[in-house]
Amino acid sequence: MSLPIAPKPALRRFHQARWDEPVIFELTTPGERGVLVSRPEPGVREAVGDVVADLPAGMRREKPAALPEMGQMRVLRHYLRLSQENLGADFNIDVGQGTCTMKYAPKVNETLISTPKLTELHPLQDQGDVQGILEIMWSLERAVAEISGMHSVSLHTSGGSTAIWTNIAMIRAYHEANGEGEQRDEVITTIFSHPSNAATAKAAGYKVITLYPDADGYPDAEALRAVIGPRTAAIMITNPEDTGIFNPRVKEWVDLAHSVGALASYDQANANGILGITRARDAGFDVCHFNLHKTFGTPHGCGGPGSGANAVSEALAPFLPGPVIVRDGDRFALDSDRPQSIGKVAPFYGVAPNLVRAYAWIMALGAEGIKAVAETAVLNNNYLMKKILEIPGASAPYATGRRRIEQVRYSWQELFEETGISSEEIGIRASDFGMHYWTSHHPYVVPQPFTLEPTESYSMAELDEYAAVLAEVAREARETPEVVRTAPHNQTVHHTHHDDLDDPERWAITWRAYQRKYFS
Amino acid sequence: MTRTIGLVVNPVAGVGGPAGLKGSDGDAVQTAARERGMTPRAEGRARSALGVLAAAHPGAEIITAAGGMGADAVRAAGLRARVVYTAGERSTGADSASAAAAIAAAGADLLLFVGGDGTARDVASAVPSEQPVLGVPAGVKMYSGCFAVSPSAAGALAARWLAGDELPLEPREVLDVDEEQIRAGRVDPHLFALVPVPFVVGRTQSRKSATPVSEAAAVRSAAAGAIAAMHDDTLYLLGPGGTTMEIGRQLGVSKTPLGVDAIRGGALVLADASEAQLLALLDTAADAGTPAKAVVTVIGGQGFLLGRGNQQLSAAVLRRLGPDPLLVVATEQKLTDLGGRPLLVDTGDPDLDQRLAGYIRVTTGVTTASAYPVTAPEHEGAHSCV
Repeated sequence: MSLPIAPKPALRRFHQARWDEPVIFELTTPGERGVLVSRPEPGVREAVGDVVADLPAGMRREKPAALPEMGQMRVLRHYLRLSQENLGADFNIDVGQGTCTMKYAPKVNETLISTPKLTELHPLQDQGDVQGILEIMWSLERAVAEISGMHSVSLHTSGGSTAIWTNIAMIRAYHEANGEGEQRDEVITTIFSHPSNAATAKAAGYKVITLYPDADGYPDAEALRAVIGPRTAAIMITNPEDTGIFNPRVKEWVDLAHSVGALASYDQANANGILGITRARDAGFDVCHFNLHKTFGTPHGCGGPGSGANAVSEALAPFLPGPVIVRDGDRFALDSDRPQSIGKVAPFYGVAPNLVRAYAWIMALGAEGIKAVAETAVLNNNYLMKKILEIPGASAPYATGRRRIEQVRYSWQELFEETGISSEEIGIRASDFGMHYWTSHHPYVVPQPFTLEPTESYSMAELDEYAAVLAEVAREARETPEVVRTAPHNQTVHHTHHDDLDDPERWAITWRAYQRKYFS
Repeated sequence: MTRTIGLVVNPVAGVGGPAGLKGSDGDAVQTAARERGMTPRAEGRARSALGVLAAAHPGAEIITAAGGMGADAVRAAGLRARVVYTAGERSTGADSASAAAAIAAAGADLLLFVGGDGTARDVASAVPSEQPVLGVPAGVKMYSGCFAVSPSAAGALAARWLAGDELPLEPREVLDVDEEQIRAGRVDPHLFALVPVPFVVGRTQSRKSATPVSEAAAVRSAAAGAIAAMHDDTLYLLGPGGTTMEIGRQLGVSKTPLGVDAIRGGALVLADASEAQLLALLDTAADAGTPAKAVVTVIGGQGFLLGRGNQQLSAAVLRRLGPDPLLVVATEQKLTDLGGRPLLVDTGDPDLDQRLAGYIRVTTGVTTASAYPVTAPEHEGAHSCV
């Protein structure tokens, strides 16, 4: 008897598909092809001659690229198998990658970007032929300007860190234009701002000063007072910080920066908790950026291409990367005549498919919808925090008892001291229940950390399920710790060895490097 | 790689704490504690650590000492004890040292010790300087930087060691204070040794950043940052510690690990200087118009910059160094390990301590620094959080 349908257990008994799938380079069959291209007809060949001979010698390969040789169906099967050996954002309750903002990227937007109207465009086409995409980009710029309160926007960057780099590059150009480039050689950030702020400032040649939180866990305004001065080029901060704590004195920080002639740069990569509620320019910031793949519903591209939007005050507008889109009546054009621009930060004009997705996301929600996104994300986060803090051994350091914005950096330190089970082991064991969190928390300030960010996308029932899994694993850590320590039990991959990733002699991110470092 | 864990338990560690005796060193104190009805907590702490180890490696062999100095706890956890040392009826500090030496000599490549600062000092005095050790916290005094955060955490780390994981080793300070002084109301711990301690805190760090930095690389970077901030015409008094050792290594001078060494223009001027020698050196420097600065790092687990383990840098010395006397160097991890507690200065001169208090720039790398609060111990808690 097959009915009624048997009830499901309270927690999923997830089990990953195991395909023992080789690396694609090992699947090659010499001579096998996905597409067999016909030889040109004799008439064509006679008319065009030897086209290869026209290529400069330096551009020609001496031998064919060492690519896998495979038929189409084998390629398809290979990647479908790999996809089943994964725990992707569309499968699991993906709230465990706090700071990454793994919200739903609406599938309907994929139909918009797969239309030939977009896929057949070329960035070198005459501007008169591409008025549609220019209008979309211009409209998206204006939407981002409205959301941030800023004067001008560039959509060129293809990732969050590039966008932060663009922020500091514009700040540097601004001070140089004012004759203060030499004098201002320091940038101030906070330990809980995204580390790319410190990294890009350092790469731009600045000395970087990091501030620690005050006794209550808020960014320490007194520490800022102690170090800010005529050498300061900018403060580069995130708000809310990675702890999910909003700096209530942020206006004071910005005013302090301005009082010494420094600029204020706002990392809004993830603005999910403040959309439609606060605006960077209203707090006095001069520069900010968004990650379209965190805030505006475009997919995270497995490391790229993401997409960033840089927004600036009127004083900084001349320094935006170029060219910019200008509107003249109902016509749109690219303006490259901008002598103070920092120049190119990415090829052409940005990652066009992501710009279309973000535009569609914003237009589908409208102003009220965007504010509802932030309200729902904050509500979800504070609901989940209450559930998580009910688990013995879990805590939320800093600003104890206060509400958070869109995420919380929690700690398993109490559980670790009691059981020796680390946060990393708990995250791995959670994968046996079909969900996970990752433990990348640079820098490692909160001991045994995990950062959860539920966004607006997840339902109450899903948040309950996620919290129930963590509660179960915490119980196991006390009662059957060996189950946790030897996890995962239902995955295709057991433990990865991070040590190899710390050693340039051993890391291998391409097949060729793997062959060279391990087999030659 | 086959690895072996050693274990030495100081069976009376911690006995004096609950009795209000500020330590457990010496026969008289231990007797007094017992008379007050106190029982040592060392064995319970040892069992907590070994329980975690046994769960991961059932039946593993542990090199240890007989009875309460290790074997009892090993067997209680279901592990096998290989006894290489037997103490007399009542063990003493000399027994901790002898047992540690015997266990290290028998081939333990990680030596766990259960106790406090006194035990750490006994162990460090007896084993080769390259012997990796890890403290299971059970003592009353805990100024040293070589303890795990809890017995279970020590057990988890030992389990990974035994599994063959490549754990980095970092020199950590062994500090101890004369308990007679504490009972007399004075805290004046001295730095006795730097011992290699395995750690894991960086393991899940910086996965998201493009260039993961190991703690050893972070120490190299912090030292390079300090060197970049140094001037050839300035006399530097290089305090003790692993990071200042690295400064010496990069400059090519053989710095004493526990002493204060004077350098100028990248060359050693005076090694292992006493307070009197430093004062004389500063007199000479002042006559020549040479500016001087002390280079210090975080000593021990409590966050002390001055007054613990580097007492040669006395108030009298520091007062000769002008308005900005310190170049502070430490890795970001050393600061984050403080869990929000401030750095501490205790020069014995309250006015000087007050002058040094506030926010100080700690050099954490080449062109990177952190602004971090500094306070005197009397004001401890003003910045403490989390």
